[in-house]
Amino acid sequence: MGDAFKRWLMRKPWIDAAYDPNVRAVAFQLLLVLALVLVAVEIVLNTAANLQKQNIASGFGFLARTAGFDISQSLVPYTSKSSYGQAFLVGLTNTLLVAVLGIVLATVLGFTLGIARGSPNWLASRLALAYVEVVRNVPLLLQLLVWYVAVLRALPAPQEALALPAGVFVDKRGLHLPRVTLESGGTLLLLALLVSVIGAVWLWRTGKRTREEETVERDPVRLAVWALVVLLPVLALMIAGKTVAYPVLERFNHEGGLSIEPEFLALLIGLSTYTAAFIAEIVRAGLAGVPKGQREAAAALGLSRRHALRFVILPQALRIIIPPLTNQYLNLTKNSSLAVAIGYPDLVSVFSGTVLNQTGQAVEVILITMAVYLAISLATALTMNWFNARTAWAER
Amino acid sequence: MRAAIVCAISAVLAVLSVLPAAAQSPTLDSVKKRGQLVCGVNTGLAGFAAPDDRGNWVGIDVDFCRAVAAAIFRDGTKVRFVPLNAKERFTALQSREVDILSRNTTWTMSRDTSLGLNFSGILYFDGQAFMVRRALGLKSANELKGASICVQSGTTNELNLADFFATRGLTYRPVVYERLVEVLGAYASGRCDAFTTDSSQLIAERTRLPDPDAHEVLPDLISKEPLGPAVRQGDAVWSNIVRWTLFALINAEELGVTQASVEADRESSNPEIRRLLGTEGDYGKGIGLDRDWAVSVLKAVGNYGESFERNLGQGSPLKIARGRNALWKDGGLMYAPPVR
Repeated sequence: MGDAFKRWLMRKPWIDAAYDPNVRAVAFQLLLVLALVLVAVEIVLNTAANLQKQNIASGFGFLARTAGFDISQSLVPYTSKSSYGQAFLVGLTNTLLVAVLGIVLATVLGFTLGIARGSPNWLASRLALAYVEVVRNVPLLLQLLVWYVAVLRALPAPQEALALPAGVFVDKRGLHLPRVTLESGGTLLLLALLVSVIGAVWLWRTGKRTREEETVERDPVRLAVWALVVLLPVLALMIAGKTVAYPVLERFNHEGGLSIEPEFLALLIGLSTYTAAFIAEIVRAGLAGVPKGQREAAAALGLSRRHALRFVILPQALRIIIPPLTNQYLNLTKNSSLAVAIGYPDLVSVFSGTVLNQTGQAVEVILITMAVYLAISLATALTMNWFNARTAWAER
Repeated sequence: MRAAIVCAISAVLAVLSVLPAAAQSPTLDSVKKRGQLVCGVNTGLAGFAAPDDRGNWVGIDVDFCRAVAAAIFRDGTKVRFVPLNAKERFTALQSREVDILSRNTTWTMSRDTSLGLNFSGILYFDGQAFMVRRALGLKSANELKGASICVQSGTTNELNLADFFATRGLTYRPVVYERLVEVLGAYASGRCDAFTTDSSQLIAERTRLPDPDAHEVLPDLISKEPLGPAVRQGDAVWSNIVRWTLFALINAEELGVTQASVEADRESSNPEIRRLLGTEGDYGKGIGLDRDWAVSVLKAVGNYGESFERNLGQGSPLKIARGRNALWKDGGLMYAPPVR
């Protein structure tokens, strides 16, 4: 028996495996992973045991309990009778709203400024330079406070609100717009949007175009696509049955319309103007990174400055721009948590602020909040990586 | 190796056998070792806890911290104050950053039972109210339909506000900030029509507005807000020290013992006073303190009534009446069990 075991032990494959660097590497990796898992389990069990010992509530059951507080702005249905889980959703959607709109605005403003920086127009390039240097060198928190306290609080009281055209009012309490409610046309509008998007994509892919048509403004396919995207929904909106409620001043506030809170406006403006300064520099670097010969070649082909920028320079610059641009998008999303300083009900303010305080479950709340920011950032990065791969050089 | 383990075990056993059986408190031990009490207070609320023009902390919550420090060290100055906002306060206590939370905190069931802390008593009976501009001509909080209302996040005020409007079927617009100074700033700038918090806080904050007379506190009290000190759960002796310091302050007022008279009152003929001040019996032993611990407390801050009048009442700019915070025999709610 002993001999048989010894013989089995001395068999060559077993010894070979023990000395094989690949097998050893895998074995050590497995050991490391096992150790890490054990440490993680120990941390979780230890925390749970200590919370239990100190009689501090733990677990995720609190998400189903009634929240009991109100939130000033929510995209999903929410009242004080809703659960903490729904309060979490309100915070999350508010964060996403300001992040998505902020990214769009910052990109538009940043590209405009970045292109203006390289413009031969002295005034345009100096103005863009001044903007970038002032805005990116002042802390974001201060800028948010300036927008919120100095700019928006300087607006008149509701009783003396500024009346803008089309029934719009502006005052200390925000921007009050007419609210459009669709009655019967909801499905019609949705259908029109669907048809216009699918039709546009189909036309763009299959429309026959000559090479010249692709590069000039009077591209018939392009015109048809625009018509489909813009005209069809507008037409549907006009036909659809709808009511428009205009904001009316009552005892304290403008009621009836759609009110946009000043906290949201301040955060959106602050975030997008700040990030735009960084994007402008990234765009300038991208444009400068395209070899000079490309510009000269475009000019030699007879392309105007505008067409050279659009068809020759920008497509190449994008390859340099996109990776650092992704960083700015991530920064903007994470910076949106500064909302807490100006009272905008974002995820940090609602969830790891009020909910944490009302439930006292700091560990769970902070864990969820961190996981959510991680997920948003990873999703943004993934999307941008996909876009980057699409625009990258096709190496041959 | 084995010898080392045996040595270690016997050393631990030796230390354990020397410790007295009565009045063991890890918190008291660490406070004594540190030579200082660490007390969580408000970041700045006139009458409760705020730095004065020389940077000294003053207020009724601060006095209470000094009273506990005096009970332990015979010296009311051996306190370090940690200013905490509403959001930070419970975590600071749970994580042992502070020994006591004396920060106008409302005693509620969930806080007492699920946060790992214990409330030690009631230092101030408060209720939530609304402050509005006088020019609005409001008579009652029921007229606030549709108003924008400023409130601090993470407080019972935020919850009471939602309940108040929900039960009346009225709409309102909450505007929520993390810090009290932001809430006041937003109200002052006209971002809100009303500012809601505990009535005493409203009276205190009103004095900081540019034109206090242009604002009024509406008469409705929409909630019960019993404010008191809290300690961590699981240290019964420490909890007793804090609770009985509060009772000593209230009993002293009831017995007429003041900051000025306490030394002479040691020889009083009233047995209740003699027991409170440790001339008779040794009631300090059960909480790990000296026989005459209450004398140090009263020398440091005076009795409850003196502290109230100095910080909130006629001796302060706030001029808050005793009201429900008067002694039980004067028609108020302040009542302490006897020392015997």
